[in-house]
Formats: sequence, C-alpha cells, structure tokens
Amino acid sequence: MSPGPIVPDRPDQPGRAVPGGVSADGATPAARDPGPPTPAEAVPPELAAGALPTEPTPDEAPPAGPVTDEAIPAGPVTDEAVPAGSAGGVRAERTVLRLARPYLGRLVGAGLLAAATEFAGLALMATATWLLMSAAGRPPLDRLTVAIVAVRALAISRGVFRYTERLAGHDAVLRMITDVRARVFGTLAARRDTPSQRSGDALSRLVSDVEAVQDLLLRVLVPGAAAGLVSVLAVGGAALISLPAAGVLAAGLLVAGVALPALATALTRRAADEVAPLRGALAVDAVDLTHGAADLAAFGATGAALAAANRRARRLARLERRLAAAGFAVDAAGVLVGGLTAAAVVAVALRAGVGGVLVGVLAVGALAAVEVALALVGAARQHTQLRAALDRVAALLTGPAPATGAAPTPGTGTGIAPSPAVGAAGTTGRTRAGAPAGAGTEAAPSGHDVRFDEVTVRYRTGAAPALDRVSLDLPAGRRVAVVGPSGAGKSTLAAVLTGAVRPDTGRVTLDGLDVSAYPAEDLPRAIGGLLAEAYVFHASVRENLLLGRPRASEAELTAATRAAGLLDWVRAQPADWDTVVGEEGGQLSGGQRQRLALARALLAAPAVLVLDEPTEGLDPAAADAVLASALAATPAGHSVLLISHRLSGLAGLDEIVVLDAGRVVQRGRHAELVARPGWYREQWLLQAAAERGYLALTP
Amino acid sequence: MNRRPFDPRLLRRVPAARRDLAVLAVLGGLTALLVVAQATALATLLATAVDGRLHRPALAGFAAAVAARALVNWAQGTVAARAAATVKAALRADLLRAVGRHGPGWVAGQRAGQLATLAGRGLDALDAYFTGYLPQLVLSVTVPLAVLARIVVADWSSALIIALTIPLIPVFGALLGWQAQAATERQWRRLSRLGGHFLDMVAGLPTLRAFGRAGAQVDVVRRMADGHRQATVRTLRIAFLSALVLELVATLSVALVAVPVGIRLLGGGITLSTALLVLLLTPEAYLPLRTAGSRFHASMEGLTALDEALTVSAAPAAAAPAAAPARTPAGAGEIRFEGVTVEYERTTALRDVTLTVRPGDRIAVIGPSGAGKSTLLGLLLGFVTPTAGRVTVDGVDLARTDLDAWRRQVAWVPQRAHLFAASLADNIRLGAPDTTDAALGRAVTDAALDDVVAALPDGLSTELGERGHGLSSGQRQRVALARAFLRDAPVVLLDEPTARLDSASEAVVLAATRRLVAGRTALLVAHRPALLADADRIIRVEDGRVTELTPAPAGKAS
Repeated sequence: MSPGPIVPDRPDQPGRAVPGGVSADGATPAARDPGPPTPAEAVPPELAAGALPTEPTPDEAPPAGPVTDEAIPAGPVTDEAVPAGSAGGVRAERTVLRLARPYLGRLVGAGLLAAATEFAGLALMATATWLLMSAAGRPPLDRLTVAIVAVRALAISRGVFRYTERLAGHDAVLRMITDVRARVFGTLAARRDTPSQRSGDALSRLVSDVEAVQDLLLRVLVPGAAAGLVSVLAVGGAALISLPAAGVLAAGLLVAGVALPALATALTRRAADEVAPLRGALAVDAVDLTHGAADLAAFGATGAALAAANRRARRLARLERRLAAAGFAVDAAGVLVGGLTAAAVVAVALRAGVGGVLVGVLAVGALAAVEVALALVGAARQHTQLRAALDRVAALLTGPAPATGAAPTPGTGTGIAPSPAVGAAGTTGRTRAGAPAGAGTEAAPSGHDVRFDEVTVRYRTGAAPALDRVSLDLPAGRRVAVVGPSGAGKSTLAAVLTGAVRPDTGRVTLDGLDVSAYPAEDLPRAIGGLLAEAYVFHASVRENLLLGRPRASEAELTAATRAAGLLDWVRAQPADWDTVVGEEGGQLSGGQRQRLALARALLAAPAVLVLDEPTEGLDPAAADAVLASALAATPAGHSVLLISHRLSGLAGLDEIVVLDAGRVVQRGRHAELVARPGWYREQWLLQAAAERGYLALTP
Repeated sequence: MNRRPFDPRLLRRVPAARRDLAVLAVLGGLTALLVVAQATALATLLATAVDGRLHRPALAGFAAAVAARALVNWAQGTVAARAAATVKAALRADLLRAVGRHGPGWVAGQRAGQLATLAGRGLDALDAYFTGYLPQLVLSVTVPLAVLARIVVADWSSALIIALTIPLIPVFGALLGWQAQAATERQWRRLSRLGGHFLDMVAGLPTLRAFGRAGAQVDVVRRMADGHRQATVRTLRIAFLSALVLELVATLSVALVAVPVGIRLLGGGITLSTALLVLLLTPEAYLPLRTAGSRFHASMEGLTALDEALTVSAAPAAAAPAAAPARTPAGAGEIRFEGVTVEYERTTALRDVTLTVRPGDRIAVIGPSGAGKSTLLGLLLGFVTPTAGRVTVDGVDLARTDLDAWRRQVAWVPQRAHLFAASLADNIRLGAPDTTDAALGRAVTDAALDDVVAALPDGLSTELGERGHGLSSGQRQRVALARAFLRDAPVVLLDEPTARLDSASEAVVLAATRRLVAGRTALLVAHRPALLADADRIIRVEDGRVTELTPAPAGKAS
C-alpha cells in the first residue's frame, strides 16, 4: 500500500465509551443527570437517540475483509442473540432487580427521600397559599406562626432532601452496578469462546448495557415510586379537606400517572420500531458513501448513491416530524390535565362548601400534585428505551452460571495481576542461561506430548472446513512451525490446541487426555503463550508481564523481557517496570506492544508454547532477531508451536507444516521444502524478494 | 470547544430551519404570556373563592389559558422536532455531498470513519438539543420578562426584588459549574481509569483466559468497580451541590418577595388577588433559567456534532476543475506521466515520474509495499492530483477533463473492493444499473463467479450484508473483477488482485484476470510471478521513483 490515501482499508477505531457516570467530555457527572425528571424536563421524547439501542452501529459489522480472514469467527453467537424487545421484558427486569436485593434498604431510602423532596415541594406551595390567603383575613399573627415556620422549613428541606436523595440513590445504584459488573465479568470469564472477536463497539455496548441497569433504577424506579407515593399522599391530604375534591384529584392523577405514561410507552415503542430500521439503513448508506467512495467514484456511481441516501434522509425526516407531533401531544395533554384538574377541584370544592382558604390550598396542591405525577411519563419513556439493553444484560446473567470460588486475590491497587510478590517466590531455577524455567513456586511443568488426530473444524454447517483432517505430532521438546496463506486455518489450529474451539471430529490430546477435558483454568499452565489478539492491559509493564506468571522474580522478568527485545526500552523509561502502557497499550508502538505480549508469553513458559505471529508489526531484521532469541529462551524440554506468515528464521525448526484451506499440503524441514517446488518455495522467494524491495523474476 | 448555546452558522447553512426557529421564538413569547394569563386568572379565582364565591369568568379564563398553553406546548415540541429533522436531513445531505465533491482521496482513512458516524448516528444527538434545550433557552428569556412586566403593573416593589435577584441564577450557575468541573477534572484521570477498567478486562478476556487468570480477576473487577463508585460519589457530592445552591438561591429570592407581600397583606396594604398573583408568578421567573442550565450539558453532544458537521461540510474542495473542461480523452489514446511528483502530508509518494503507456500495453508494476504503486493507479483514476507535473491521456491533461467521463473508459480492480449493502447483482452493476441480465451473466461467468452465485441462497439477488458481509476475500475479489468485466473499458487498472488469497482462490482469480486484460491497456500492480508472465512491460516503483525493467529476462508475454 502506498502511503497515499487511495483505498480506505482500516476498519475504524471505535470510540471507547468511558463507563461510569462521567461523560467523555469531562463534564460533571451531573451532565448525565439533569435534575429530577419533572414533566417539564422530561421532554426529549420518542425520538431521542437512546430510543434505538437495539440497532447495531454501522461500524460494528465484522469487516469481512482479509483482516479477519485469519481470525476465528465468533463461534456460536452468544449474548447478542436475544432479540430486542422480546417478550422477556418483565423477566429481564426481574433478573436485574434480583441483584438489587442486597441494596434494597438503601434503594428504599433513596426512594423515600425522593418522595420527601417532591412532597416538600407540594406542601410548600400549599402551605404558602394557605398562609397568604389566611393573612388576607388579618388574623392575629400568632395564628400564622406555625405556618410561617413550616414554609421556611419546607423551602430549605426540599433542596436538602433532593441533594441527599440524589447522592444516596447514586451510591446505592453504583453499589449494585459493582455487583452487576462482577457478575457479568464472571459469566464471560467462565466461557471458553472468544468474545473479543466481537468488535470494540460491541464491547462498549456491553458496558453501556450494564449502565442501563443504573438508569432503570435512578431514572425509572426511584422517581416512579416517589411520584406514586406522593400522589397517594396528595389524594389522602385532599380527602381530609373534601372527599369530592379528592375524588376529582384522584381521577386527574390517574390520567397523568397511568394513562399518559401508558400512551407514552406505546408511542415510544412504535416510534422506535418505525424509525430504527430507517436510521440503520441511513447509517449503512453513510458507511457505503464514505468507505466505498473510491469504488463509487471509479464506477461513476457516486451521484446515484448520493441521491438514494438523500431520499432516505428525507423520508426519515418526514417520519420523525410525524412521530414528534404524536409524541408531544402526550406532553401537551399533561399540561391540560394539570390545569383542568385544578379547575375542577376548585369548582367541586366550592360546591361542597369548603372554606375559601382551603379551596386555594386544594387548587395549588392539585396543580403541584399532577406535575409530580407527570414524572411517570418521563420514567415510562426512559423505561421503554432501556428495554433492549436490560434484555441483553439479563440474558447474559441467566446464561451459564458464573465461575464461583475464584481464589480471592490480594489487592494491587491498579488491578490486573494479583499480588506482584516480586522476589518473594524465592528460587529462580533455570535450565539454560537467561531462560526463565518453571522452577518458581508453581510446579514446574514437565514436558508434555500433544497430538492432533484427524482434527476437523467447521464454523458453520455447510461451510468449507477451517481445518480438514489435520494431524500433527508435538512431543515434548519438539518445535514446529505452521505456515500458510491467510485463512488457511493457522489460528484455528492454535485455538483448538488451547481449547478455545472444539473440533467437530478428531481430537487433540495432551499426554493422551483430550484437551477439552481439562478445566479452563488449568490448561494454560500446560498449553499457552502468545495467542492471536494478545491484549495489552491499561496497567504497568510489570502488571502486564506478571499476568503470565504472577510470582515471577525480578530476574525472570528481566530475562523474558530481554528475550523479547524490550528490556532496553523498559530501562529507558523513567518509571521503569511501572511505566503505564495506556489504554489497549496505546502508549506503545505496535512493535513494543507485540514485544510486551511476547515477553509475557515467555515468562509464562508453559510446557507447550504457542506463538501466534510473535513478530507481527516488527520490521524484518528485528523480527528475525526476536524470533531467534525467543526460541533460544524457551527451555529445551518445552515444545513450541510457531504460527507465522513470515518464512524466515524457520531453518532451525524440527518441522514446518504448510496449511492451505484447512489442509496440510506440505510438511518437512525448511531445507527440504525450499528444495521442492510448491507453495513454500514460491512464497519464500517472494517474501525474501519483497523484503529486499526486489522481485526475483525467474521462477 | 464551542460552548455557545447557539451556532449562528446554522441559519446560514440551513435556511429552511429559519422559519421553524422564528416560530419557536414566537411560541416562546406566547408561552410567557399564557403563564402570566394563567396565574392572573388563578389569582382572581382564588381571591374570590375566599368569600365562598365561584368567579366563573376567572374559571373559564383559567381553563382557556391552560388549554392554550397545552396547545402552544405541543406546537413548540412539534416545531422543535421539525427543525431538528430538517436540520439533520440538510446536514446529512451536505456531509455526503462533501464526500462526492472532494473525492475519495479526501475521504480515505480516518476521515471516512468520522464522516460515516457523523452522517449516520452522530447527528441524531441534535434531537436532544432542539427539542430539549433550545425551546427552554427561549423561555428563559421570555418568561422572566413577561413575569416582570406583569408584576411591575401589579406591585412594582416585588418586581424590583425579582429583577435584582434573577441574575443571581446564571451567575451562581456559572461559578458553581466551574467549581464542579474543576473538581471533576481533578478526579478525571482516576475516574476514567477506574471506569475504563471493566471494558479493559472484558476486551482482554481471551488473554486472561489464555493465562488461566480469568476467574481470579472477578474479584479485581469487583474491587475496581467499587473504587469507581467511591470516586464517583465523591465527585457527585460537589456536582450536586451546585443544583442545591441554585435551588436555595431561587427559594430565598422567592422568600425575599413573599415576606414583604405577606406583611403588607396583614397590614392591608395590598389586595389578596395581587398578593396571590405575585406568589404564583415569582417562582415561574426563576424556573426556566434553572432548567435551561441543567439541560445545557445534556445538549453538548448535539452541539458538538453540529459544530463538527458544519466545519467538515464547509471545507472547500481542494481544486475545483477548470471552468470549461477539456474534451474527454479517448481511452484508446496514449497515457503519459510527465514529471509527476505526488506529495502527501508527510511523505512523497512519487518523485518526478515520467512514463508512457502505449495503447495495448500490459504493464506490471512491482516494488516493495509503500513505494507508491497504488498512487500511480490513483493518479490515473483522478483520485490523486499531481503536486507537480501532469498526467495526460490522448494529449488531454487529466486535471482539466471531466473525470466522470474519463473514468467511464477505465475499469478498476482495487486491492480490496468495497461491497455495498445491496444485492449481489447491484454490486456488480455498480455504475451500470441498466445492464441486461444476459450481460450480467456473461460478466459473472468471466469473473468465475458462477459457483459463488450458485452457492448463494438467492443467487444474484442475494442481499449482501453491510460492507459485503457474507463473502470471503476471494469471492469479493471476483465480484470486483465482474464489475470490471461489465465496465468493458479500454483501460484496466488492477491493484494486487490476488493479494491475501489462498492458493485455490488465487488460481481462479488469476485466470479471470488474464481474460480481463486480454486486448486492453492494463496496469497491474503485482507481486506474483504468475501475473508477471502476462505482462509485456515491467516497471519497478521504489522510493517514489519508477524504473523500467523491460526487456526483462523472463517477463515476456507469450
């Protein structure tokens, strides 16, 4: 590829959502929380972007290009299989709410505080009216003293209640979110499939789904319960003054708190159903017009595609306008209900002979009470928008039981590796100079024999097999390279070996025992290493390395890092081993990231070391050096399965297996393979030529 | 970042929204009047109710004001949503048109993703801005003014207190907002680190699993999430404080008005209906300002999207084509690169390249990756314009010609073709929508797509997923070849058509490629010796310079 921006060929880096209550622009958390959802504030209605959480974003679709050809397709689709808005809505809530049980006390407290806030507001208006209207009768001042004190107390306490309620509510809900995150992570951790094959967007969505639980409580249940409670209190209060007036108020509150929210739910749902497909199609149009700009221009099709996209955009605009008219009618009806209820209360109360001052109290109280009840409209809308996310979370949590009994680990503060007890492990046995061997506190893994026996893997029925009757012998100490073009099945081979993918037929055995029979937590001690998509965590270099061997000594760290060619860089950093590598290793170059992942694999030193493209992202000279030192650093009794698309540096290996379309097409040592015509020889000449910038023209 | 609540560029760029916004302003004024009318009627109603009488005109007036307010409220929401829809549709069209205007060179890379997101869902964030914030912004001006005007008439001393205290709301709001923001920023690194931890762990789960550490991390996840909670609550304590202070300021202001009114009422210095009016109206004066303030942050996302869209779509096109395009060159003419240099922002892709391609030449272009091979093809397609020198076809400078007409003479098979979310047939017919089925069938056969089509559930009418999801790279490459066959153009440009294919697919694509270049002028960017065998000239691009290798020892066409 020339440096020229001719072909857009990188799938976009999806934006990372910052979880937690803080928005990405650094705004205060309050930005997400524009106060209590009084009806006037809950306006953003049916068409809010959040109404459509079910539609995948455009860049989420797995790019089917060669980038992923090598990768293992995400096996059986997991949590996303739940259709949005399935009938499981109520069940989903119940599942989620079960998690709230330990925090019920706190949540009820928050709800009561919310109710107290609203009630204080209502009582303030009613008392102030009473005070003023009584004052007009010029009574002696002492008859008003209680009311004067009450007004002052209510005015101050309303604000204080609201403050306390918001804080208490957030605290309770965040406590619960802590649980949800741990549970979700535990569930995912207990699986063997590879969710990282899903794009970054899907991962961000998982995170925001978990936050939907937060919204469910903070914006739906707590304010909803408070509004309901205050409505009941208001009707009770009115009943003390006049039963007929209380009846009218109750009717008004039922309309505002039950009928209108139901209507809003139906409208929001319909709007989402109608708008979502159009918005999704428009998003695809945008992807096609931008990522396909070159193809469209070259074939003179830009105009037609642009016209089609514009037609769709206009259709969407028309639909949005139409739906908005219906959506805002609910809000307008809310205003109407409030006023008419107050008017009716006045008329009824006067007819019933209620005293003048109390009529005023009833009227103003009714206005305030309906306003409180209208908060349920906002809550209903919010609830409808959370449906899909809640369904997904619930489906995830009700899936296979999470791994329990995980060994409790001492805290490290920043959190990936458990206690970095550097040096505490004591002995640092070595089998070879500079090579960390498994002589630490963990039982040294002795050599293991691995056999692939006629292994066939098919990701979809009917599709061509990713591996087709592959047999491979990897006795202890043997070093084998697997090479071949993209999509040949190399990574699948590694995935089968590490137990991430189960063969459809045939089997992979470790010392005669099927690898899938090993517990997921134990197998990595015997088989592991640098696998496809090795992830570098947002933590220090040390913590990233210790993941491979939690009790590694400083000397072991140094040896592994030196073998991966990263030691000089680490030493050059001011923070040394404690250098933080940034999100997804963003502070490192691609090459450094790869070296770090390789060092971690070498430190782990499993008996069967899998190295999937260990030198990817390194320039040819560095790649050769790193591969050589990595192989030298592997203890003699350990076997190595090297997966590579580069063919240089393979001369010392015991066997090279060439895979093509899932089948073994050639095998032998480097010297033999180069001597015979075939894929290996052709590719070897080609790569050597390409790396020199010169193409051998003679076949 | 633009923190102004309204971007005036909007009115210039989307004139259609002007009317809606004007209507919104008028409705804001109407709302203010109705707030006053409603309070006046209610005050009268209650003042007479003290004597046990029902003031029917006041009741009717109150009901009418409420009904009118409901209507205006509805209109306000509807108009705001209309404006949002109009603006979004217009900006989407603008953005996508900008893509067409600037060409693929401009849109490639990072910008493509940004544009796709912005034109797709990014602009939907404007809904919250238009329907939630903007009407409230109008009300925060009209309602306090109307309330003040009404109270001046009824009781000027109360009006004076309101006028003096209202500015406290925005002033305190701004001061506290800064405080809260500073507090958040102090915690920001910690918060984002703790908050991002969960995503980090989930994303790295396969790696954790590979080291057998997944289960052990559950507790770490819990601990970090708890740390996040504590840090968040600490920040919230300060953030919520601003809402509390604003509420107290408003409450105290109302009290400042209400207490003298009450005292005067006791002394008989004011009528009950006036006192009630003041009591009912005063809180209304403070409310819209507080609401608008609390919604500002929520609408920031929309404002940012708006700013981005207005900026991107306003970027001027790099080089407008000459006013009067020269004649369209014949594809069968001679192609000349005359001293062409192409510089990108940081690199020079081609340096002073001079090359002549005679009609019918089949030229293989070789060289290490990044040497400028694709740029050579980009120049011929008009995606790249020379920094110096020129490219002519049939004696016509490509920079001065109608590119669409010229491109009709060119078939292009890119390294990785973009497939569209449409039927397979439409993907092949790209640029030639009127192709007959027979011609389509021939192209399919020529490109060796037959077996692919046969394996698809609906054959050629099968709808492909987004970006052609569902086809393998070898199959996509054959779709690109079919496009090229259908184009049936005298000039063919191929950019490593067999890169990254397995051997079986490679053989099929190679055979189809041979059929395609037969009898045409062709430039093939090639790595494979097999492709070189079909070329009659070989040029090497290295470090931006072009050298002719022909006659090569073993490259002659047979």
